[in-house]
Amino acid sequence: MSGAQAGTGVSPADPYRIGHYVGFRQGTAGHAARELASKRVIVGYGFWIFLLSDIVMFSTFFASFGVLSGQTAGGPSGKDLFNLTNVAIETACLLFSSFTCGIASIGARTHDNLMYYGGMAVTFVFGASFLYFEMHEFVDLILQGAGPERSAFLSAFFTVVGCHGLHVTLGLMWLLTMVAQVFSKGYRPDILRRVLCFSLFWHTLDIIWVALFTIVYLMGAGQ
Amino acid sequence: MSHADQPERLHETDISPGDDRPDRSEIAHGLIGYAVGLALAVLLSIVSFFVAGTNLVWQPSIPIALFVLAVAQIGVHLVFFVHITTGPDNTNNVMALAFGVLIVFLVIAGSLWIMSQLNANMALPMNQLMQMQP
Repeated sequence: MSGAQAGTGVSPADPYRIGHYVGFRQGTAGHAARELASKRVIVGYGFWIFLLSDIVMFSTFFASFGVLSGQTAGGPSGKDLFNLTNVAIETACLLFSSFTCGIASIGARTHDNLMYYGGMAVTFVFGASFLYFEMHEFVDLILQGAGPERSAFLSAFFTVVGCHGLHVTLGLMWLLTMVAQVFSKGYRPDILRRVLCFSLFWHTLDIIWVALFTIVYLMGAGQ
Repeated sequence: MSHADQPERLHETDISPGDDRPDRSEIAHGLIGYAVGLALAVLLSIVSFFVAGTNLVWQPSIPIALFVLAVAQIGVHLVFFVHITTGPDNTNNVMALAFGVLIVFLVIAGSLWIMSQLNANMALPMNQLMQMQP
């Protein structure tokens, strides 16, 4: 297929030529015109870059945890402290919240109030339950005398798990903001792009939790 | 909604494909995608928790098994929840992800390697440490 055809040919299956990057075309005025992807794709890409930078930040916490996980300074190790039932409940909360967040994002695209508000409400409940169980665990550890000041291992543990919990807290605030914005402004394209970014953020928190329960809890409890 | 009113809406708000409202089959498709992702993720999580506590497998293999299961689950999340695909409109996302994975690998593997090396050197007897210095 020649370049000229690639620029002008429109197939019925792909009328908007999405994803068919055609490079620079000679416009009638003689200067090059570039075909841009849709704003939704560009916003998603930009936010994905931010999320990857967030993941890189978490990788530094994981690296310090990996280095310090054995440095218990005579204090309790993960095997003595971790309650895997609690961790399993937290994991279930986040997994189901990811699913309901997906339902909410379908509801946003279809302008379906029940799916959007219902999905967001259930996501909030699961996220808040996750935070409750995590706070419960933190308070329990501190009352046992296994707070972040006890050993390098516990400092690293509270840093990496607490940073994830902080992200979940911010995510819950963002969730409420998106519910309020859709409620007051409706399903406008710019609002829907924010909902898309929120759902990407929430799914990424779940991805970080997968790495977290595997490396910190499951491997830590086995040591 | 029918296809007939699309050009008008496009003209009004300049909505690109993917921004327009999906029809029933697309909704069902999306729901099935999330349900399959959830089922796979739950299954992999359960296997992870089971493997971590079991005595049925050779113990030194457990961390490797947990690592493989976690990578598989992260893959499931990326495909079914974040919708990273191999499609042409996703090339930039995949390239960014590959670069992110490279940086994460360098940071974690590099830190563990260097720190374990330093630890091993610290464990040497003092006279050997003195010999190593110029």
